[in-house]
Amino acid sequence: MLKHILALALKEFLALLRDPRSRFVLIGPPIMQLIIFGYAASFDLDHVPVAIYNQDSGAGGRALVSRIEGSPHFEVVSHLDHDAQIPPLVDNKEVLLVLHIGPRFSAHLSQGGATALQVILDGRNSNTALLALNYLRSIVLDYNQHLATNQGQTGPPVKLSMRAWYNEDLDSHWFIIPGIVGLLTLVVTLVVTALSVAREREQGTFDQLLVTPLRPTAILVGKSIPGLVIGIVEATFIIVVAMLWFDIPLRGHVGALYLGLLLFLFSAVGMGLMISAISVTQQQAVLGAFLFLVPAVILSGFATPIANMPEAVQLLTYLDPLRYFLVIVRGVFLEGDGYALLMDQYWPMAIIGMVSLVAAGWLFRHRMY
Amino acid sequence: MNDPALILRDVRKRFSNGDKEILALDGVSIEVKPGSVTGLIGPDGAGKTTLMRLCCGLLQLDGGALEVLGMDAANEPAAVQAVIGYMPQRFGLYEDLSVQENLDLYADLQGVPLSAREARYARLMQMTGLAPFTRRLAGKLSGGMKQKLGLACALVRPPALLLLDEPTVGVDPVSRRELWQIVYSQVQEAGMSVLLSTAYLDEAERCDEVVLLHQGKVLGQAPPAAFSQEMQGRTWEVSSERVPVRRLQTTLARQPGIIDAIINGDRVHIITAPDFPPEAINLLPDTADLQIRAVPPRFEDAFIDRLGDTEDAIQATPEIRQVEKRETGGQPIEVENLERHFGSFIAVKKISFSVKQGEIFGLLGANGAGKTTTFRMLCGLLPVSSGKVSVAGHDLRSASARARGRIGYMAQKFSLYGNLTVTQNLRFFSAAYNLHGQAQKQRIHWALEGFELEPYADTNAGTLPLGYKQRLAFAAALMHEPEILFLDEPTSGVDPLARREFWARTNALAEAGVTVLVTTHFMEEADYCDHLVIMAEGTVLAAGTPHEIRAMARTLDHPEPSMEDAFITLIQQQEGGK
Repeated sequence: MLKHILALALKEFLALLRDPRSRFVLIGPPIMQLIIFGYAASFDLDHVPVAIYNQDSGAGGRALVSRIEGSPHFEVVSHLDHDAQIPPLVDNKEVLLVLHIGPRFSAHLSQGGATALQVILDGRNSNTALLALNYLRSIVLDYNQHLATNQGQTGPPVKLSMRAWYNEDLDSHWFIIPGIVGLLTLVVTLVVTALSVAREREQGTFDQLLVTPLRPTAILVGKSIPGLVIGIVEATFIIVVAMLWFDIPLRGHVGALYLGLLLFLFSAVGMGLMISAISVTQQQAVLGAFLFLVPAVILSGFATPIANMPEAVQLLTYLDPLRYFLVIVRGVFLEGDGYALLMDQYWPMAIIGMVSLVAAGWLFRHRMY
Repeated sequence: MNDPALILRDVRKRFSNGDKEILALDGVSIEVKPGSVTGLIGPDGAGKTTLMRLCCGLLQLDGGALEVLGMDAANEPAAVQAVIGYMPQRFGLYEDLSVQENLDLYADLQGVPLSAREARYARLMQMTGLAPFTRRLAGKLSGGMKQKLGLACALVRPPALLLLDEPTVGVDPVSRRELWQIVYSQVQEAGMSVLLSTAYLDEAERCDEVVLLHQGKVLGQAPPAAFSQEMQGRTWEVSSERVPVRRLQTTLARQPGIIDAIINGDRVHIITAPDFPPEAINLLPDTADLQIRAVPPRFEDAFIDRLGDTEDAIQATPEIRQVEKRETGGQPIEVENLERHFGSFIAVKKISFSVKQGEIFGLLGANGAGKTTTFRMLCGLLPVSSGKVSVAGHDLRSASARARGRIGYMAQKFSLYGNLTVTQNLRFFSAAYNLHGQAQKQRIHWALEGFELEPYADTNAGTLPLGYKQRLAFAAALMHEPEILFLDEPTSGVDPLARREFWARTNALAEAGVTVLVTTHFMEEADYCDHLVIMAEGTVLAAGTPHEIRAMARTLDHPEPSMEDAFITLIQQQEGGK
C-alpha cells in the first residue's frame, strides 16, 4: 500500500513537472497575482483628485487650501472660479470631491463666529466617497483645533486620541497580503488536484489505473500528495515574500500557522479531488474549480467582512475552508496567536477535508462512465 | 473534361510538435482521374487526413503545388471549397437535430436553392435508405446510419470532387457495402470524382485506382489489379489435417523463403519470395499431409510485399514467457445473461459466453454493437445492470486488488502517460502491479529488451512512433505476467505489418497458456481467434469457432464465404426471421 502510494505520487510529480505548460501554471500565475495583489489591491485612497472653488480672499481660506494641498491623500487638480464649472468635472470623473469655500469664510472666522464649508462628492462609488470624506474631515478637525489654540481657547472639550493595535499605521497591505497566502494556495492546489483525475480520464489512463491492483484509497492518497506538497511550497514562498519584501511582521507561532496551512490544504485537496471525480474532461474540471473558487473567496472575508453579510449567507461561510484559514493567517501574522487560540479554526477544516475526501473516494468508484 | 480532377506535385507538409518536426507528407505527387474512385490507402499516421485537408485548402502547403479542378487550392481556398464536398473522419452531424434538420442545415450552408431541395432529398434518402427515419434525432441513429447521413449531407449539393476521409472505419459490413454503392452511384450518375481514404485493405479492390501512402510517401499509384498482378505466382494456401492452423501459421512465418503467412479460414495464406518454390518438403518436411495450392494474389499481398521492402523486417518481437497452468475448476471468463442499460437504451441485451484457458477469444462487431460496453463490464470499469460476470472466479468490479493483479488490460487508444519516458511508464506500472526491487528491475529490462524499446528508453512515451507506442502499451500490460489479458481494439488503425506483429505476439501468449480476450471490428481477424462472438445491436449474432461461423453462411454457389460474407448472411437471416 505504501509503495503503491509512493509510486503514484512520484508519477504525479513527474507528469506535472515534465510538462512545460503545467510547470508554468505552477509558477507564473502565483507570482503575477502576488504582484497584483501586493501593489494594486489596497483599501487606502491616495491622491484623490479634488477641485477647490475658493470664493474667499482671506488668509483663512488660503490656510485651509494649503492643508489640503499638503495632504498625501489629496491632489488638487483644479481651482474653480464659478460654480458652473463644478458639474462637468464631477460628471466626467475628473474629480471625486469639490470643496466650496464661501466668500465670507475668513471674515466669519476672524469675527470669532462659526461658518460652513460645502463639500460636493461623487457618490457613485459610495465606499471611496466615504473614505475621501473621512480624510477631509480629519483635515478640517485638525484645522479647527489649530484655530482654537491660536485664539487662545482650549478647543472642543472632548478630543479623540486614537491608537490602532496590531496594525499601528492602519496600513491595509497588512490586512490583504497575509490573506493572499490563503487565496493563492487555494487556487493552485485546487486546480492541480482538480485536473489530476480529469486529465487521466480524458486521456484514457484512468481506466488503466483502475484495472491495476491499486486500491481507490491508494489512488486518492497518491493523488493528494502532490497538491499538498505544492501548496506548502507556494505558501512558504508567499509568506517569505510577505515578510521580507512587504515588511509584514510575523508575530505568532510558525508552527501554528503551518498546522493551519496543512489542514487548509487537506480540505482544498479534498474539494479538488471531488471536483475532479465529477468531471469527465479537463475543461469541466477547470470550470468546476472556478465555480467553487469564486464564492469561496467572496464568502471567506478576504475583502468584505463576514459580519456584514446577511444571516443566511453567514451560515454558508462556515462551509468555506478559506474562511478559517484567513483567521489563522491574519491571527498569526498580526496578533501573534498560538495553537490554543486557533483551535476553533482547526477542527472545521479537518472535518471539511475528511468529508470531501470520502466523497471523492466514493465518486471514484461510482462515477466511472 | 479529361483533365485530372486533382493534381498534387511534390507536395510537402510539416508539423512541429514542440521541438520535434514531423514530415507528414514528403514529396507526394498523385493525380485523381475525373469520374472515377481513387482510394488512398495507408495505415494511421501515413498522412491521409493531412492530404485531404490540404486538398480542401484547410491547411497551408509547405512545398509543391496542388491543383483542384484547375484551381490552386492554396491561393483560392474559397473557390475550391465551393465545388468540392468533404466528409471528415468524424463528420459534424448535430446529434440533437433530426435527420431532416441536419439535411436542411447543410443545404442552407451549401446554398442549395429551395426549389432543388425536394428532389435532391428524395434521391438521397432513397439511396441511403434513411427515408423512414427522417424525423429521428441524428444522435439516435446507429453507427452505419450516421455515416450514411454524413455522406448524404456532404452530397446535398452535388460536388464535382468528393473527398471522403475514412468513411467506413468501424462501420458494420452491411453498411459498408451500402456506402460503397452510394459512392459509385454518384460517380455513374453525376460523373463525380472521388478521393476516398481507408485503412481497410480489402476495400482497395473496390477502387478504380489506388494510391498507396506510407509514412508520408507514395509507394505506388495504379489500378488495384495491377498491384496484385505483380504478385502472380507467389501466393499460395497451405493446409494440413493434422496440424492446427495457428501452429501451422507460426511455423510457416519463421521459414526463410516465406515473406508473409496469415491465417485465412482453415488454411494459411503465404507469400513466398520470388523464385522460392513452395514444395512441401521445403516448408515442413515432417508434416506428411501438407497441401499446397496456388491462389490468385490479393491486394493486401502486394501491400505487404512493398512495405516489407521499405521497413527493416524486424517484424515480431518474440520474448521469454512463463507458462502457467490453472488448477482450480471453472472457466477463466464466464458471462451469463449480461445486460447493460443507459437510461432507456439497452446497450447489451442478455448475452452469455465463456472463455477457456489459453484460448484467444474474439468479440467482434461494428462500432455501437455493444462490444466495448461488454468489455468494460468484464474489466470491472462499468457496473452491470443485470446478469453475472466472472473473471478468474471474481466479479472484477467488487473484487479484491489481488484479483485485479491477475489480469492485464490494454485500452483502445494509447493510454499510458505521454509526458513520462518509456522507463518511467514501465516503472510506474510495474510498481502498481506489486513489483519491487530486483524483480521490478528484471521485468523492466525484459520489457525493454523483448520489445526492442531500448533505443527509446528515455523518450517521452507520447512522442514514440505509433508501432512502438503499441509495443509499450503491450509491455505495460504484461509487466506482471497476467493469466488473463484484455485487449480492446488493439489493431484499429494499425498498419498491416504491425497487425501481423500483434497477432504473432498474441498467438505466442495463448500458446503459453494466457487467456486472451480481444475486441475488433476487422471481420477478417476472426480467423486468429479460437472462439468468437459476433455482436450486433447489443445481442450475440453468432458464436463458435471461426470455422463453425463460416459454415453457417455456406451455400452451394458460395462454398467458401469470408467472415464478412458470413456476417452479412447472418444479419440478413436475423432480419428475415423477425
